Amino acid sequence: MKKKKLKKSITNIILIIISYAAITILINSGILGRQMSSLIIPTGVNIILAVSLNLLTGFLGELTLGHAGFMSIGAYTGALITLNSGLPPAIALTLGIIAGGLVAAVFGLIIGVPVLRLRGDYLAIVTLGFGEIIKSVLTAVNFTGGAMGLSGIPKYTTYKNYTLVFIFIVLTILIISNMVHSRHGRAICSIRDNYIASEAVGIKISKYKIMAFVISAFFAGVAGVLYAHNVGILKPNNFDYNKSIEILVIVVLGGMGNIKGSVIAAIVLTLLPELLREADSYRMLFYAIVLIVMMLFNNSGLKERIMEQFKSKKQVTTEGGE
Amino acid sequence: MALLEVKNLGISFGGLRAVDDFNIAIEKGQLYGLIGPNGAGKTTVFNLLTGVYRPTDGIIKLDGKNIIGKTPDEICQIGISRTFQNIRLFKKMSVLDNVKVALHHQIKYSLVGSMLHLPPYAKKEEEMDEKALEILQVFDLDAQTETLASNLPYGKQRKLEIARALATNPKLLLLDEPAAGMNPNETAELMETIRLIRNRFGVTILLIEHDMKLVAGICEYLTVLNFGTELATGEPEVVLNDSKVITAYLGE
Repeated sequence: MKKKKLKKSITNIILIIISYAAITILINSGILGRQMSSLIIPTGVNIILAVSLNLLTGFLGELTLGHAGFMSIGAYTGALITLNSGLPPAIALTLGIIAGGLVAAVFGLIIGVPVLRLRGDYLAIVTLGFGEIIKSVLTAVNFTGGAMGLSGIPKYTTYKNYTLVFIFIVLTILIISNMVHSRHGRAICSIRDNYIASEAVGIKISKYKIMAFVISAFFAGVAGVLYAHNVGILKPNNFDYNKSIEILVIVVLGGMGNIKGSVIAAIVLTLLPELLREADSYRMLFYAIVLIVMMLFNNSGLKERIMEQFKSKKQVTTEGGE
Repeated sequence: MALLEVKNLGISFGGLRAVDDFNIAIEKGQLYGLIGPNGAGKTTVFNLLTGVYRPTDGIIKLDGKNIIGKTPDEICQIGISRTFQNIRLFKKMSVLDNVKVALHHQIKYSLVGSMLHLPPYAKKEEEMDEKALEILQVFDLDAQTETLASNLPYGKQRKLEIARALATNPKLLLLDEPAAGMNPNETAELMETIRLIRNRFGVTILLIEHDMKLVAGICEYLTVLNFGTELATGEPEVVLNDSKVITAYLGE
């Protein structure tokens, strides 16, 4: 069992190095056009958002539709810090990322407490409302620039600065997947599977629900800060429920409770609209069709059969090797 | 002093008196049976003991300490653990993980430790694996640790639920119809297992059961419940031959 774990962590490290090298080559060689390069950071942001939302929907088993709300809180906090602090870029950004994550986490706590008693559809509606409230507040108050939003945010996280974003992607995936495979993560998953039994074996449900909300919100906030310093302009409308749904679609497509799936789905779904640009006005139609087909495939016996064949082949080779 | 002491326990749901003036005293190490016709209030008693419902009146004491008003998770930590009539496993989790969830409070490490898999994590997880395996072995489930709980056959799901309840290290174990849906062979095997865990883990057991053979076979003491009130209490031979009990089950 120990050997297996060691093997797994080595594979993971190799995977991280390979993907970093691949991105470096892709960016520096110029294979990707300007257009595609500019999508690298948004892809990364979506990965962080999807993985963090997966903690709530996939592992805690609660459908939430307000993830863009947490993201916007992080984005505005981070942007306000870099715009107003007058600190050197590196320090301002670091501070912005930490503060953005923390403020979003506080809101995770604020929303987490009252929704403790809600489950399923009701929770989904309340979180949807929460997202809209955040949006309205951002439009109404002055220091966020109102409906005009914030502009002139220094672009610290362009694709030339991909290393920083890559580090945060790795950190997010690492921390959340580590946590899922720990006593805290098991407690969270047990609530998803059967909260009555979970309580009966001594899990304090409120504590772990809030924990999941806070951690998820933290990373959504971090993603928001990275996003803000990529696009340079923030408008409340960027964070409406469409954005929340977009992240949810990524999570559902990648598979509930499947972190690798979230990463792959985030990459595919962020790049897809761009790859379909040739199709011009049919772009969104194709996007929707691809989405439906992928969802059907994901839930069909076909996928399981393919996976099984893949697995049995793998088993044969490993057995042969030993 | 009895391990569990229940006096004048009662609960009303609106106008319905589901349990009324219920008394029970279970000594440490006892194998105690709670029987009664359908709808007698047996599961309600379990729900009262585990804090799912709050009694309208009466007292419940474990080891002399009042446990009324505590939440189910607190009561589990105090030492009462249970299984459910309709199996409630963590279906999408492995057999091993089902038991490891129940070890949550016995083997601990910090949240930071679990996020970063710091050294205590590996050590404590290993400890958990060992402990969980030890319990699974008792139930013959140690060969299927990686199987998803939902993929286990029915009989093994029942066993896993008992294993999980046992993993919380309870003083008192409540089994709600452990033999429901089992064939006679499986029931016989279950009886052996229940006896074994009582002796090996030194746990006191209170069980609800409809299978009279099982009840008469292993319980040392019985309480019969009918329409929420206590009908008879005593040793199985006496209670099961009591005319009131026979009437309650079979009618006049």
